[in-house]
Amino acid sequence: MSTLSFIWPLTGGLLIGASAGLFLLMHGRIAGISGLMASGLRLGGSGPRDLSLGFLGGLLGGALLAGALIRRPEVIVTSSLPLLIIGGLLVGFGTRWGSGCTSGHGVCGIARLSPRSLAATALFMGTAAVTVFVTRHLIGGM
Amino acid sequence: MRLLIAILCGVLFGAGMIVSDMVNPARVLAFLDVTGNWDPALAFVMGGALIPSGLAYLMHRRMHAPMLAKDFAIPTSRRIDRPLIGGAVLFGLGWGLVGLCPGPALASLTTGAWQGVVFVAAMLAGMAVFHFFPARAVVVQGAPHGRT
Repeated sequence: MSTLSFIWPLTGGLLIGASAGLFLLMHGRIAGISGLMASGLRLGGSGPRDLSLGFLGGLLGGALLAGALIRRPEVIVTSSLPLLIIGGLLVGFGTRWGSGCTSGHGVCGIARLSPRSLAATALFMGTAAVTVFVTRHLIGGM
Repeated sequence: MRLLIAILCGVLFGAGMIVSDMVNPARVLAFLDVTGNWDPALAFVMGGALIPSGLAYLMHRRMHAPMLAKDFAIPTSRRIDRPLIGGAVLFGLGWGLVGLCPGPALASLTTGAWQGVVFVAAMLAGMAVFHFFPARAVVVQGAPHGRT
């Protein structure tokens, strides 16, 4: 990592946090993407559906804009097709069962020092790190 | 106005996904690979995100209601129960296998990577399975107010 390469992640993080902060102060809601998806697409979740859909639409628009104007996104996926499907199913089911993902628990929850979110974040980060360790260093190249 | 602000929040979030490079699974997996060639970048994303969201949370405590809604809808449960633990572990497993979580997965749809489309479809299927699963009533019972 070169000296200034932390600028991009830090700026991106500030944008994500500004989004979550604004959503809380304006609409009183948690900017958790898994919850917003569930509420927007009538798969459970709570809160006004139009705001969920507005947020998600904005997310796609913001990503498109930033990709065109600020930084060309690079998406390097090494997972095979079956692994993509299994991973997606686990992420979808798990985030709903555990009431949140990286944004809802990781950003919003930790910002308000919620014990549930701190525990969830430690658990999903820990499990993900162990998973990467097993697939990369024990089994090798999945 | 209400809807416009929600869209603006989404725009900021989506731009953050691209600017931070969270949208790139290779980058996320390199962060999770703590025993390998560890890339600390995503710690800066998390740290950066916590500054404004933490400030907003402190500000909200001095407010009676959000500016565009009647009440704050913030989870109040403090119980670390089985659904929370089971869900976080399954989510971590999926995240570690592919390197995508819900926000970046959605943002990846704008980059034209077919893998993002497959992943998001599977993720929605996973959410639907949870939602329509008959045993959900039992599963969710533990934390009716603990949703985030």
